[in-house]
Formats: sequence, C-alpha cells, structure tokens
Amino acid sequence: MSGETSLAWQALRERAGERAALLGAEGVPTKRVEAWHYTSLQPLNQVKWQAAPALDEAQVGARLSELNLPKGQGLVVFANGRFCAGLSSLPETVKQGSGEDEANEPALLADRFAAQLNAALRQPGLNLHVPEGCDAGLLVLVSLTEGDEVSTHLHHRITLEKGARLSLLDVQLGRGRYFTNPQLDVECAEGAHLTHVTRQDESAEAIRLGISGARIEGRGNYDSFTLNQGGALARQEVVSRLEGAFANVNVNAIQLIDGARLNDLTSMIHHASPDCTSRQTVRTVLSEAGQGVFQGKILVDQVAQKTDGYQMNQALLLSEKGQMNSKPELEIYADDVKCSHGATVGALDEDQLFYMRSRGVPEAQARDALVQAFLFETVELIEDETLREHLLKALPGYV
Amino acid sequence: MNDFLKIEGLKAQIDADGTPKEILKGLDLNIPKGEVHAIMGPNGSGKSTLSYVLAGREEYEVTGGTASFKGQDLLELEPEERAALGVFLAFQSPVELPGVNNANFLRTAVNAVRRARGEEELDAVAFLKLAREETARLSMSGEMLKRAVNVGFSGGEKKRNEVLQMRLLQPSLAILDETDSGLDIDALRIVAEGVNSLRGPDFSALVITHHQRLLEYIVPDRVHVMAHGRIIHSGGPEVATQLEKQGYKQFLEAAQ
Amino acid sequence: MPAVSETREAVEKLARSKYEWGFETDVEMDLAPKGLNEDIVRLISARKNEPQWMLEWRLKAFRQWQEMDEPQWAKIKHPPIDFQDAHYFAQPKKKPGPKSLDEVDPELLKTYEKLGIPLHEQEMLAGVEGAGERTPVAVDAVFDSVSVATTFRKTLAEAGVIFCPISEAIIEHPELVKQYLGSVVPVGDNFFSALNSAVFTDGSFVYVPKGVRCPMELSTYFRINARNTGQFERTLIIAEDQATVSYLEGCTAPQRDENQLHAAVVELVAMEDASIKYSTVQNWYPGDENGKGGIYNFVTKRGICKGDRARISWTQVETGSAITWKYPSCILAGKGSVGEFYSVAVTNGHQQADTGTKMIHLAPDTRSTIIAKTISAGESDSTYRGLVRMQPKARNGRNFTQCDSLLIGDQCGAHTVPYIESRNMSARVEHEATTSKISEDQLFYCRSRGFSEEEAVGLIVNGFCREVLKELPMEFAVEAQKLLQISLEGSVG
Repeated sequence: MSGETSLAWQALRERAGERAALLGAEGVPTKRVEAWHYTSLQPLNQVKWQAAPALDEAQVGARLSELNLPKGQGLVVFANGRFCAGLSSLPETVKQGSGEDEANEPALLADRFAAQLNAALRQPGLNLHVPEGCDAGLLVLVSLTEGDEVSTHLHHRITLEKGARLSLLDVQLGRGRYFTNPQLDVECAEGAHLTHVTRQDESAEAIRLGISGARIEGRGNYDSFTLNQGGALARQEVVSRLEGAFANVNVNAIQLIDGARLNDLTSMIHHASPDCTSRQTVRTVLSEAGQGVFQGKILVDQVAQKTDGYQMNQALLLSEKGQMNSKPELEIYADDVKCSHGATVGALDEDQLFYMRSRGVPEAQARDALVQAFLFETVELIEDETLREHLLKALPGYV
Repeated sequence: MNDFLKIEGLKAQIDADGTPKEILKGLDLNIPKGEVHAIMGPNGSGKSTLSYVLAGREEYEVTGGTASFKGQDLLELEPEERAALGVFLAFQSPVELPGVNNANFLRTAVNAVRRARGEEELDAVAFLKLAREETARLSMSGEMLKRAVNVGFSGGEKKRNEVLQMRLLQPSLAILDETDSGLDIDALRIVAEGVNSLRGPDFSALVITHHQRLLEYIVPDRVHVMAHGRIIHSGGPEVATQLEKQGYKQFLEAAQ
Repeated sequence: MPAVSETREAVEKLARSKYEWGFETDVEMDLAPKGLNEDIVRLISARKNEPQWMLEWRLKAFRQWQEMDEPQWAKIKHPPIDFQDAHYFAQPKKKPGPKSLDEVDPELLKTYEKLGIPLHEQEMLAGVEGAGERTPVAVDAVFDSVSVATTFRKTLAEAGVIFCPISEAIIEHPELVKQYLGSVVPVGDNFFSALNSAVFTDGSFVYVPKGVRCPMELSTYFRINARNTGQFERTLIIAEDQATVSYLEGCTAPQRDENQLHAAVVELVAMEDASIKYSTVQNWYPGDENGKGGIYNFVTKRGICKGDRARISWTQVETGSAITWKYPSCILAGKGSVGEFYSVAVTNGHQQADTGTKMIHLAPDTRSTIIAKTISAGESDSTYRGLVRMQPKARNGRNFTQCDSLLIGDQCGAHTVPYIESRNMSARVEHEATTSKISEDQLFYCRSRGFSEEEAVGLIVNGFCREVLKELPMEFAVEAQKLLQISLEGSVG
C-alpha cells in the first residue's frame, strides 16, 4: 500500500477538511524518505483514524491517581485531545493563552511530517505564558488517550519571557490501539530556562508521532529529557534552534524497548548563533525483538563560531532478536567549533560483568545492576530532584 | 588439610585472532592453608592468565589439568561461586563501573557472598558502619563510597578500593595480580597492611609481582618462579632477593 | 601520482604550480563520436576485439542504465550532466595495443616521464637517490581509454601472477573474467556502476594464485587527456587462498574549463587467508579557483572477503576532483575476515567530496576498522558518509570507527553522516567523530619554532593524517604528504 492511497491518509485528509492542503501531496512517508529510513510508518497506513470521543472526567481522574505524580504548582490534564477543566489548575503567575496564533508560528518544524499532520488536524492544547522574571515552578501536563482506531493531535505552546523559569513534566499515556500526534512549540526568551521532561508511557499498541520545536534566545536554556518506553511504534522528534549567544540546549533521552515495539528518538540541534553549547546523551536498551532508532543531527551555521556541541548515543542489545539503527550526524559550516559525537552498540561489557561476578554478585543480578546503572547515569542528568526521582520510579526494576 | 589450593598440570589457552594460543603449559602449584606464596616471572610468562583462570574468566579455555580449592573442583564453578567459596582476585587493572554506586556495589557483593556462605546479610546501617571503618583503616576518603565503582579513581585509589573489597569480603584465598604496579611507597604500605591484617591460619594468598619490593612488606612463605607457562623453581623468601640481584637468567637456564 | 621516487626535480616542480599535472599531451587521438547509445557500446566492444559474451554483457548493462536515475542522496551539487555530450572512447592513434614499450608513442612516454612514472624498467631498477633499497613496482598505465603499457610482466608471470589490462584479460583469461566481473559490484548496483559496465574501456586485471605472495607492488596509473572524454576504467583483483597483493593507483588529468567524467568500478575478491591492500592517491584536476572545470569522480569500489580470515584494506588519499563520490566498501562474508578503510580527503577551492565506506559484517568474528580524516578549506564541502552493518550472523563482530574533520577558514563545511545498524547482540560497534579547527596553540608553537604559517599548517595536517598515511606504501606516503601541502596552498592567511 503506498503512502498517498492508504486508508489512514484518506481518513486524515477528510478530517482535516480545508486544512488538508497543509499535508502536502506526498502521502505518508515511505522508507525511501531519508528521515524515515529506519522507521516504517506502514502500521499507521492501515487504519482509518477517527476523531477520539470525549472521556468521562471521573474516570480520567481515577487514572491520574495511579500515576504517583509529583505535586507541582499546577496540573493540566487533557483526555482524548480535550481539556479537562475539572482536573486542571494553573498557578496564578502564568496565563493560559487563547486561540491559535499561527502568524507567529516558527518555521522550525516545516517539512517534518509529524508537524504537518499536527498543523492539519490540531486540537488546542496548553498555551502558556510565563512572564518576565517569573519562576513558575513545576507544572505537570498529562495527556491521556483511550480507544481504538482514534487519533489525537494536541498542539501546545509554551512561551517563557525574559529570565522566566519553568519545569514541565509531560506525561503521556493511554490504553488501546490509538494514534497520538502531539506538538509542543517552545519559545525561550533571553535568559529563560525551561526544563522539559517527557515521560512517554503510551499503550504498547499505540502509534505515536510526537514532535517539539524550541527556539532559544541568548543565555536561554532548554533542558529536555525524554523517556521513551511505550507505543508499538513511537517516534519523539526534538528540534531546537539556538538563536542567541551563550544559549544552551540539552536533548537527553532513554529508550526502553521490549516486545516487538519500535521506539525512535530523532533530534535536530541547530546552532544558529555563536557561543552556544549543546549536550546530548541518548541511551537505548533493547530486549526481546525490540527495535531502536536514534537519528541525531547537529547543524552548525557559518555564523555559529565557538560552538561547543557534544553528542553521545549508546545502545545495549540484550537479546538475539533486538535491532538498533543509529545515525548521528554532524553538519558543520563554521570553523572555530568543538563538535564531537560518539556512538556504541553492543552487549553488556564482559569485563564489568566478570568483575562483579568475581566479587560474588550472581550473574543475573550483575546484569540487572549494569543495565540500571546504564540508565540511571542518564537520569542523573536531570537537575531537578523531584523530576529525577519521578522518572527513576517510572523505570522498570526500580528498587 | 594440606589440599587447600591444589593445581596440577594446568593448561590454558586464549583465542588470539582466531588461532588458539597456549599460555599455561602444565602448571603445578600447591598453596596450603594459612600460607602466603608469591609468584614472580618475566612479562608474558602467564602470571595474569593464571589469576584469571583461577577466578573463572571465560576467555581462557582450560585444556588440561586440574585446580581444586578446599577439595572442590574450582574449574567447574562460576566466578560468583568461586567468590562465595572464598576466592578473591585483586585485579591488576580494576574495571570501571560507570553509574554503579560503590557503596551499593560493595553491599550487594558482601551480602551475596554472606548469603552463599549461610551467613546473615548486613542491613544498610550495619554495612555502612563497617564500610566506613574499613575505608578509614585504608586511609580512603568516605567520598569514595559515594562515587561510581573505580570511575575517576587514580591508580592508587583503585588499588585501595580492591583491598577494601577484599577486607569486606573476607576471602580465604586472595590472589593479588601485580597489585603493586603503579603504587607509590605509601600506597604500597597501606595495601600490604590490608593483606597482612587478614593473615592467619584460615587465610592464604597468592601474590603475583614483578618486584621484590612488595615482598618486603608482605613476606611470603614460599616464592615460585614462573616462565613459559610453568613454575620452574620454588624456594623460600630468599628467592625473591636472589631474583632482584641476578635476574631470571639463571633460573631459565637451570630449567632448560 | 605514481608509485615512484620523488626526485629533487619533482619536488621543485611541485612547489612551482598548484596543479603541476595540468599539461596536455599532443597525441593523435582516435575518438568515437560524442554520445551514448547501443552503437557506441558495440563500437567500444568491437575496437577491443571483444568476444560476443562481453558485448552481450555490456548491452545488458546499457539497457539497465537507461532505466536508472542518478543518485540524489549525496551532499554534492552540480549542474546536470549531459551524458550525450562526451566521447566514450578515445585512444592514441598510432599503434593500438602496443606489445612492447618500443611500440608506444614517444609522446606518451614523455608524458609519463613528466609525471615521474618510470615505465622503463631499467630506470626503475637504476634506483633513485635516497630511496634506499627500493622494491620494484610493476606499473600499468591507462591513458584515456586504453592501457598503454604494463611493466614487469615477465617477473610477475614467473611468480604466476597475472597483471594485465582488463581488455587483454577478457580475451586471454575469459573464464576468470566471466566468473568474477560484476560479482562484487553487480551491474545494476547503482547508476554509475551500470554506466561503467556498459562503456568501460580499460583498467587492470590482477590474479594472484593460491599461496602466492605477489613479489612486488602493483601499480596502475590513470590519466585523462583528451577533451570531452569520460574515463570509465574497470579493475578486477582476485587473490586466491593465502595469496597476498598490494595494489596502488594514481590519477591525474589536464587542466580544462569543462568538467570531465570519471566513473570507475573496482572489484576485489579475497579468498581464504588472502590479503588485498588497495591504495589510491587521487589527484584529478580539481577545477580552478572559481570552481570552473575539474573532474567529476563517481567511483564504485567494493571488495568481498569470501574466504575465512581474508583481509581487504582500502587506503585512499583524495585531494583532487571537483566532485568526489566514492565509498570503497568491504563485504565480510568469511569467518574472521577483516575489512579496513583508511582515508584522507582534502578539499579546497570549490571542491566537493562525499566519501566514506561500507562495512557489511555477514559472518562471525569479522572485524572492521574505519579511520577517516577530512580536511576542508576554501569554499569546499566535505562529507564522510559511512555504513556499518552487523547482520544477525555476525556473532562477535567488531567495528571501530574514528572520523575527524579539520576546518580551515569559515567558508567551508565538514559533515559526518554515519549509519550504524546492528542486529547481533554480541557484535560491538564503536563510532567516534570530532570536528574542530586547526589548534591556534599548535600553530603558534610551530611558528615560534620558525615555521611559516603555511608550513605549520602542512605540518599539523600531516600529523592529523598520520594514522592514514602510515598505511600507504612508503613510496606513496612521501608523495601523499606533498600533495596534502599543495592542496592546501593559499588556504591560510
């Protein structure tokens, strides 16, 4: 079945109505499109995705209580793409904007399929303004999706004015064979600092194409962390653009892939200004017949002198049937830069295993400990202690 | 109980780029209970291979001979079973375990071994108390317990960490694989004291070294000279002094 | 760049001009009419007196090529190539297929002398000052479409080694050619390999029988001379069980305003315990300072380690060509086989290079090493593109990749695009890449010790490339170092 004639394509175009033009004519990308070389969207094609019906707020509330969410300054809940006012509360310091402001939409995500799809079918999500100098504390955003053959396309926007701060815990979960396609646009003004932790715990049957795009001005900081551990087919795309001097972005992630699931972390770090730094650590653990994908590009413009970019991507293959595909990429047009990347794929280190066993630790326990250490080291990169603890507890095998 | 560690005709090989290379070529060695023996030998004589084979490293394939410890066939056991039985290898290059907290690692190891020996496990408080005492004894900073195992440790710190593990695991046979390499005199003394403190009727040790220096601090009961995968000479502590003065040549010639 | 001596004279020559090899040789040429169609393919085959099977093979390739599109994925830009606007066959008129050096056009011999290739064995054996005990090198020289001379054939024949133009091998050793031609790079592998298969005119053929260690380095020297010609050489090297061979390849072309196309195919076959070392110093004309002219170098090179413990090693120093599109690869099909890729790519002016390798691990215990050094200067663009694939059967497979890029000036680009695919848990793949500029500290240190800025850059660049240069046979290494320096002339200050 080719992309442009698939059931999904027809259904989604129909639902988009006038906005179908935003989808372009190419159809669902095939593996021949470089960006989708390792991640086949074939499973997406086979379903006539319908709009997701509203869920009962009381049931949604019950689901929330199971999540052990940390208590923050605010909680915003969406269920099947709809805002749950009764479950949500925002701190007084921040404003929920209204409506879409497409004129100011950054072109950051142009040509990316997940963003095109979201643009055509978007549902209003969180639209948050943190005023200048304000520290809004921790905000928890929960997106729950339930149902079969339904899709949601939430569009969130977070704007941090000069020097503002916010920590966002972005929890995504659900039940059923649904498709979710959320987009988050981030603006970090001068000196603003956004910590964004995504806990992707979608249903093991779900398809997910999540995307975020962040523009970061001078001395701004976008510190993102993604835990990818749900979905039959789930890509998280993290796009960032450093637009002022001394800005920083972190694009860290953990992927835990079991069953026959595919998780994909695709990122673009665009250095468009001099003197910026970027850091990326992505670790993937594959068991059973899990398939992992990492595609990470660092692009350094000619003006972006004194760029300091570092990227590390490591995968542990724990089973005979697992498969990892990585494509770390450097595209550099400035000469006075320090950029490097590293990638490794392999099993647990035999020296480490032997060392632990020679100290009396049984093999199975030693393996578990090494896998945990591999993951915990990455979680340690999250500065906020509350978020770090929450994420550690969300990992399997946490003691 | 003369048969404590008993090695007879031990042969072992390693895969060198697809072709097996024999390293131990029929090695005999007995270490009675309560004795400290030293093995000295030139580079490439197979000293480290011997220590790995005794600890159960899989890359080394045993092709002949036997090795028993406390009457059990050592070669049949998994590395962790050997540890539980009381074998401890102090690594020449201790392995780094990024992300594995040193204190947690030590406690897991100690309790796994205690469990296997039918002893009661230590709770967190009791363990920490013990670990603090031991670190202080080795002039180690308490900070080292909080760091990842051997990560960012200096050479001397790594070796001390090995001795700390040894003290905590209370082995009955310690194999020290060139523990003295890269140590300054103060660190050397601390390591030696760590070993000496365990000496007693139930503790044996095999000290593998290049230099006589370490043997001034850990005085061995017997010294063996190893070359070409075999023990070619055995004697008292005086052999070490003799070697330091005259080198390996005469022993090699005598063995021809 | 031939595998030869650098005499003092040659060194001086190097210093004088940026592209010293840009002279044109005045030889009467026999040119096929411009354009490409089945008749041209037939004409090439006829001129080469090829058997019918070879013609059929070419025609099949041509038909396949017609159905194919030019690849678009590489990070290179060029105006569309008009494949009908080139001559697909050119050869020196006088005596085609010379049987001995005496029959070769003296003008041609002069060309090779200018380039420093000692076609005369006597010259070779006379040795050159400072070279010490130089091992002789057998040379096959390809001038536009035709192999003009192969030296040392007798010595090689005594050892049982076949080293001859491929056109001759098609006639003399059809069973070998039939068996292996297109077995590593299938005709339809890509657009340029299909084109080459249809119109290749000459190249080298090497066969090293079982257990034979080839007694000398083999070398082929390629030169494009005639205007508007494409060069499509085809090289096939077969090393039987336990055979060993080292093969060197050098290339130059005259300075011309228009772009010339070079689309070679090289196939290597290594059987059990065999070893093939293939070294290239590519110095095609890169175009002028405005990006006018230069060679389009679209090359498909691939080797297969068929037997257990076979080894294939590619070493390349790429300094020339307006565009380089080239990925010498290894298919590791034999247990414990080894693939290596060592590369230095220098781009300056308006050059573009998209080069790298593919290591396909099919069998257990296979190992591969990739060391790629990229230096970009001027307004050039250079990309390392590499694939490492561990297939499910590649138990204990190992790969180590190191890619380092050096940028000189802020108008150039350097890119690294590795693809890492692992389907075996016991396989291990490690990739490291860095991009930086020449260290100011190093530059200052050298200059404070009396080096000029340009000398200092040369020194540092040579150090940066050392891991690769040391893989080259000695004679090549010296030439390569000089080339690096020349290629970067005018890139600092």
